Amino acid sequence: MQELDVQMHVNGKVISGRVESRTHLGDFLRQSAGLTGTHLGCEHGVCGACTVIVDGDAVRSCLMLAVQADNCKVTTIEGIAEEDGSLHPLQEAFRNNHALQCGFCTAGMITSLHAFLTENPNRSETEIREAISGNICRCTGYQGIVSAAMEAAEKLANR
Amino acid sequence: MKASAFSYHKPLSLEDALGLLKNEEDAKILAGGQSLMPMLNMRFVQPETVVDVNGLNELASISFTDKVEIGALTRQKTLVVDPIIKQHLPIMQEALTWVGHFQTQSRGTIGGSLCHLDPAAELPMVALLYDAELEVASASEIRLIPMQEWALAYMMPSIGHDELLTKIMIKPWRGAYGYGFQEFARRHGDFAIAAAGCLLKIENEMITDIALSIGGVEDVPRRFTECEDILRGINYDIDKIKAVILKPLDQINFLDDSLVTGAYRRKLLNGLLVRAIEQAAGRAKSS
Repeated sequence: MQELDVQMHVNGKVISGRVESRTHLGDFLRQSAGLTGTHLGCEHGVCGACTVIVDGDAVRSCLMLAVQADNCKVTTIEGIAEEDGSLHPLQEAFRNNHALQCGFCTAGMITSLHAFLTENPNRSETEIREAISGNICRCTGYQGIVSAAMEAAEKLANR
Repeated sequence: MKASAFSYHKPLSLEDALGLLKNEEDAKILAGGQSLMPMLNMRFVQPETVVDVNGLNELASISFTDKVEIGALTRQKTLVVDPIIKQHLPIMQEALTWVGHFQTQSRGTIGGSLCHLDPAAELPMVALLYDAELEVASASEIRLIPMQEWALAYMMPSIGHDELLTKIMIKPWRGAYGYGFQEFARRHGDFAIAAAGCLLKIENEMITDIALSIGGVEDVPRRFTECEDILRGINYDIDKIKAVILKPLDQINFLDDSLVTGAYRRKLLNGLLVRAIEQAAGRAKSS
């Protein structure tokens, strides 16, 4: 069994640890960094629940080894809120539009949409639906999530 | 599930990577990881060694002289917006709209797609249409492999355990031609149940050149040469085309499983081929 040292910037803090080479990023974030907001669903890249942002890109944390994120900047759901602790427009909009029920997919939805709307907030509903087509929600039927994303997109475009 | 234990190496030069592969009998190459990581997590593969090639920046470039040269480590998210690809291989960008999701395109690479060689993969279908050449390196030699000889069997490309795919070279067709790409999947971004690609040249209403590739329907994506041979040289008449493609369609040995029957795949591919040809014809005429 091979163990390696890793160090990454997670939500603005330096997190270091020693991991088995086979440990994926999602497990590292949950078990070593204690950031259990990232949810692991399928662990083969289909459900999107474990999505986090690595160096600006939305990625599946189950499809990346923890050692591959060495020296990277990682944002998880815990790092989405504003610095003063108030909710990010996406989080606010999710609350306003009943965009979550059980909450299992929510972290992946918000991190995905965060990366997508940060790149360009001027998005059509079709583009938003396409962007979350890789995130499975088994509760809401997606309507609330899409409405929330539209509301947040408008806010982000105007700020 | 969790991956079984392996030793991890991250070489920072091609030479080091090839040296490692030469000495490791049971190594898997980790590029974007969007296929290998699921296989590791589900223990479909349990290699002793994983060689992470993400440090080989020399393999992540796109250039154009008389052909488009794409480094194997070029990520799908780069291909989607790259101006060289847009100008010379727009069909690749169209095909990529069907490849996974933006959260997987951010890591997935063209070399990984070609080496994983899923029967339904879109990028091999594009490479097939243009008869791409693949550059494969080992510690002792560099080989060039024509794309039509790349797939040996189901998910088995023509590459040795000590070799690494380094470059994909694609020569765009000369003159005006059209392209089409059509696919059907249960959910957009999932594996294709059937897919068809087409390059088409029409001069004076006659099909002077055509390339067709099909995916999702057999063990490997491939050129549909039986169909091309029938269509090359005939006048462009969509009703006639619809009639003459039925015979080569009958010769395909369609994948048939509990979720999707061969008969359904055949029906889908028939429709998708017609659409891809019509799409290509529309662009051929306006180009």
